[in-house]
Amino acid sequence: MKVDFDKCLHCGGCVGSCPKNAIFLNDYVLEFNDDCINCGRCVKLCPVAALSME
Amino acid sequence: MRTITCDVVVVGAGPGGSMAARYSAMGGLDTILLEKKAEIGAPLRCAEGVSKSWLDEVGIAADPTWIRADMKGAIIKSPQGTSFQLDESKAGAEVGYVLERHLFDKALARDAAEAGARIMMRTSCTGVIREEGKLVGIRAKSMGEEIEIRAKCVVAADGYESQVARWAGIDTNLKLSDIDSCIQYRMCNIDVAPDYCEFVIGSVAPGGYVWVFPKGNGVANVGIGVAGQLCTRGADAKYYLDKFIAEDPRFEKGQILEIMGGFVSTCPGLDCAVDDNLILVGDAARIIDPITGGGICHACRTGMYAGKVLSECAKTGDFSKKALMPYEKMWRDRMEDKLFRNWMAKEKLATLDDETIDELIKLIATADLEHVTVYNLLKAVKEKFPKVVEGFEDLI
Repeated sequence: MKVDFDKCLHCGGCVGSCPKNAIFLNDYVLEFNDDCINCGRCVKLCPVAALSME
Repeated sequence: MRTITCDVVVVGAGPGGSMAARYSAMGGLDTILLEKKAEIGAPLRCAEGVSKSWLDEVGIAADPTWIRADMKGAIIKSPQGTSFQLDESKAGAEVGYVLERHLFDKALARDAAEAGARIMMRTSCTGVIREEGKLVGIRAKSMGEEIEIRAKCVVAADGYESQVARWAGIDTNLKLSDIDSCIQYRMCNIDVAPDYCEFVIGSVAPGGYVWVFPKGNGVANVGIGVAGQLCTRGADAKYYLDKFIAEDPRFEKGQILEIMGGFVSTCPGLDCAVDDNLILVGDAARIIDPITGGGICHACRTGMYAGKVLSECAKTGDFSKKALMPYEKMWRDRMEDKLFRNWMAKEKLATLDDETIDELIKLIATADLEHVTVYNLLKAVKEKFPKVVEGFEDLI
């Protein structure tokens, strides 16, 4: 997953929506761990199109 | 590694966490309340509209310091412009306040502190600690320092992110259709009614709604929630909100002071919000009104119930799932039917076209209801459009 930090609002929406609990929001940094299965749910849901598939 | 020991550790100092901490501390439990951010109540992730009826119930005295505006009523609009104005005389305590959440949340945390809870700022939970299978506390990072907090019970009040529960093995995953993706602008220089909360439903906000909640002086929270299954990259919440604002002349000169995102769950709550040595409250337990997305009153109620049940458990020292089950019963008795009914209504609303929504609003506007509540609105709809409430008519 690719995060566009210029767009990200740090709202944590993707964190709570991830079916694998693979996303972490630490202050202004959004991180994905190895559990990510590239399902694309966060990409679809992000309110500001800050996420994309790598 | 430093270890702190207490009776109850509450993760998250939102309304649910602070209420849980307050009532737990009042029951004599050594309670620690964690907040991962540098400020309680900020940054905002909320539309800030609440009804008034529940404040007494949870022991919160309305305080002008956190009430930004007192509403006279609500306006519900269709995309075609048909509107229905709901006045306080008919809506009673369903109508409410627009809050200053950054002050409201701090006031609740202060109440928790006055009851004896210890607050640890800038402290984020990073995992749970299990010993021989038993949940005995959490791991956290406090101002950069790795620490352990050992407790008899963990209260997960970490909001929509709901990670503590998942670390503890509880499935808080949501169906795509039970997620609303939201974005909100704090706008100024706009021409909106100063004392009515406005809701626009239909294709302007697929599966959700647009809200305009006034904050005085030509300022309002203007936001949108879009149902997860109807979001796509490119046609996301921001796309719909920008389109709505561009097409409404009241916002022509509007400027944005703040942008915030945030999601809400729109399911009827988790199957079970307790486990051994663990209670989930508020958004973390997915206990939110599925039709309005309103979560503050639910968080405060569940937080209070959690604190009260924990206080009872302290008498026997038993914090097992069985001992915590009265919490489950309390929130279900108070809210389950309504959550389920509103979830069904939300599912239906997402399938209606603009013409039908327009018809519904016309119907409601002429129904001459004595008291306007979601229940009475659904009752009026049931009489004229039984198909809309098919599948949950028994709850109306």
